[in-house]
Amino acid sequence: MNTLIRDLVNGIWKENPIFRIVLGMCSTLAITTEAKNAIGMGTAVTFVLVCSNILISALRKVIPDKVRLACYIVIVATFVTIVDLVMAGFFFQLHKAMGIFIPLIVVNCIILGRAEAFANKNPVLNSMMDGIGMGIGYTLALLTVGSIRELLGNGSLFGLPLLGSRYIPFLLAILPPGAFIVLGLLLGLMNKVNQRLA
Amino acid sequence: MQKILLMIISTVLVNNFVVAKFLGICPFLGVSRKTETAVGMGLSVIFVVTLSTVLTWLVQVLILDRFNIQYMQTIVFILVIAGLVQFVEMVLQKTSPGLHQALGIYLPLITTNCVVLGVAVLAVQNGYSFMEALIYSLGASAGFALALVLFAGIRERLALAEIPKSLEGTAIALVTTGLLALAFMGFTGLVK
Repeated sequence: MNTLIRDLVNGIWKENPIFRIVLGMCSTLAITTEAKNAIGMGTAVTFVLVCSNILISALRKVIPDKVRLACYIVIVATFVTIVDLVMAGFFFQLHKAMGIFIPLIVVNCIILGRAEAFANKNPVLNSMMDGIGMGIGYTLALLTVGSIRELLGNGSLFGLPLLGSRYIPFLLAILPPGAFIVLGLLLGLMNKVNQRLA
Repeated sequence: MQKILLMIISTVLVNNFVVAKFLGICPFLGVSRKTETAVGMGLSVIFVVTLSTVLTWLVQVLILDRFNIQYMQTIVFILVIAGLVQFVEMVLQKTSPGLHQALGIYLPLITTNCVVLGVAVLAVQNGYSFMEALIYSLGASAGFALALVLFAGIRERLALAEIPKSLEGTAIALVTTGLLALAFMGFTGLVK
């Protein structure tokens, strides 16, 4: 039970995929123009991560070593296709907002990285916890970046205008350069916090 | 002719795949510490992206559209790409060990590169003809290579500068990429 909780919490702070391991940057930068997109993407990635972690962990003694990367890719791609179709059917606005980054979840370094580093070597329940933890960490990171960018660049949060009509939006925040700069500065802040905590 | 030129300018400068479209960030940050490795990675990416876009375009038209199984696109595309990279690596090992040595570990790394799958899917989504898809993929990957080499040059200088401790490493690299992206934004308006 202890190890399960530990694996869960691991992905939220200590090995947060975005801020500590620095994987899955592409989607972080592209999706976070609005906070609600962040939740959508985070949920999709968490779903794929948990499902593929479970399946890969269950099959870890069966998959031959030489073809394991190809097997992982097929498994992940299947779940991504499921998510893609479900989103196209039930959450069409979100599907359009995320665009090409839904199929790109397949090559999201987080999923293949966790499959290789964790699900490959650990039992199913632990892998599931790891997937959930990493997914939560990823979603929280995306929410943070998305909220900052939406607040600065649009004066709103989740579509609710928060900073009033006098606020002149800092347009750069929702454009590509702003994405890089906000993420970089956030990373620096996380490093500083970790140094203080250590 | 003019259309080709416009497409190249659009994909390399205006809609640069790294700094405007956010594809290929992981290798962009990971391989850009030295200019030589950046050039090597850039060339490998151009090679793999162009070849795989051609292949996946053919697969889409000849198989997926023909049998109306477009929902298999993600799975089929990524398998084609993974297979292609594996095949290219084997061929290179046999025919040109020097080149294989030079490209080293980058080749298998490119399979999980967003750029490859991204360009393949976009070329099909935009409904390009074969020639257009070819030019598009060449331009996209050349843009990636350009941004990569530029960034490597900057990073070499950055390694010698004094940076606050918490910003060292990826943090300052991201901020610098942001400034590079800002510079590339100057190209907006070049192509209508």
